[in-house]
Amino acid sequence: MAMQDAQTDVYKILVVDDEPDLEPLILQRMRRNIRSGRYAFVFAHNGVEALEVLQRDTDIDMVVSDINMPQMDGLTLLEQIPKVDPNIRSVIVSAYGDMRNIRTAMNRGAFDFVTKPLDFEDLQITIERTLTHMAEWKEALQSRDKLVAIQNELDVASKIQQSILPASFPESPGYEVYGNMLPARNVGGDFFDVVLLENDKLGLAVADVSDKGVPAALFMMSSRTLLKGSAIGHSAPGDVLSEVNDLLNEDNETFMFVTVVYAAFDPASGNLTYANGGHNNPLLVHADGSSEELPMTGGIALGVMPELEYRQNSMTLAPGDTLVLYTDGVSEAMNSHGEEFGVERLQQIFSDHPPTSAREANEAILQAVSAFADGTPQSDDVTCLVLRRTGG
Amino acid sequence: MDINTEREGGTLIAKTGGRVDGTNASEFQDALKGAIGADDKAVILDFEDLSYISSAGLRVILLTAKDMRTANVKFAVCSLSQSVRDVFTISGFDQIIDIHDDQQAARSAVSS
Repeated sequence: MAMQDAQTDVYKILVVDDEPDLEPLILQRMRRNIRSGRYAFVFAHNGVEALEVLQRDTDIDMVVSDINMPQMDGLTLLEQIPKVDPNIRSVIVSAYGDMRNIRTAMNRGAFDFVTKPLDFEDLQITIERTLTHMAEWKEALQSRDKLVAIQNELDVASKIQQSILPASFPESPGYEVYGNMLPARNVGGDFFDVVLLENDKLGLAVADVSDKGVPAALFMMSSRTLLKGSAIGHSAPGDVLSEVNDLLNEDNETFMFVTVVYAAFDPASGNLTYANGGHNNPLLVHADGSSEELPMTGGIALGVMPELEYRQNSMTLAPGDTLVLYTDGVSEAMNSHGEEFGVERLQQIFSDHPPTSAREANEAILQAVSAFADGTPQSDDVTCLVLRRTGG
Repeated sequence: MDINTEREGGTLIAKTGGRVDGTNASEFQDALKGAIGADDKAVILDFEDLSYISSAGLRVILLTAKDMRTANVKFAVCSLSQSVRDVFTISGFDQIIDIHDDQQAARSAVSS
């Protein structure tokens, strides 16, 4: 499948749920995409029925399945789907924070999950992400078949990488959040994510995977999904990193690892709690432009070895405080003299111009890094996620 | 990617310079694999001339450390510049890899 076709093809999605009300609800909420010819839906009410549909209807691209159903549950169905068609991608619908089932689903090849009660906007975003991924994946398989140069594989990996980044950011009277990434041409494995948690809290993550290419992109994808799942299941960032680390260590034959900073922010109190798995320390910038690196919590990168504990640290963001999460692509960006950008230059940006919004701060950083590099090829992704507490 | 090696009493000392990042990490991995002999009892990576290492480079170190552990071969790195040492510290690799200030200290650690 060529990329330009991705926009024009009708994607057929099988929804499996024993709840009879879901069918009219989906048809209603997704009507725009159905009318435009992008999605077509078929429905089944348990795993057995779903398999029958899949065998009969070979056009199905993806499956969205509930877990608890009569006759055959969603987790059993997941095991059976690849036997019918290994190219079908599945999204599981799980109870809020049910990591045990999410983990089993991931191990059985689920691509992503959404939580109940179903948020249709979230479902739509997840479907789009899955379809984009599928298009890239098919292209990757074709490139492999044709033995095209490795460059193509890297292109595919970077498209997968782009497809997992958030396309929009939550808005709130209490904070602004904005993230962006300048991808390196060949290599890089950065990603970031913003997750809405219970009680209007916000989860923020910036991460860097240790390798390049399609396997690394897939490792990145499961890191992101496990982080998201764990973040909504735990309130303590240290526990989130611990759990994701253990999950990534299961069957990690490739010895890939990922460095992550994960922070949970409570806009009501300004409390910020963070834990660090081998990643650059975030920078806290005050309203007057002064700044400091957050204290180290000393964790090891995730995926290196299981059963680690991650220390966390808490602090309060004052109104006007800005938190900058970034990757080493920022601090280690090189200029033509072989000098690194460094944390001091990062701090200098804000002592010259105190941040006025999350987006501006983010753009100022990426611009400063580009200006510093001045055409020197980027050897790594440059990624930055900014949270600013507003109000006061 | 050049790796200079010398051997002394079953200890391999491998020295590499320049930068190890995503663009040459697999080359570094192959060179290192090729340099380590079946009879080596200990391996020391001397990073005196290494100016930069990225996470892709750290992965090669991790792979090597795990291989060496499986083969019951001692493994250490030494003579890290401040910026390379920072990469080890930030990633937490200083907690799992044996790091020494200089070759002398590394040699006596692996021979003990």
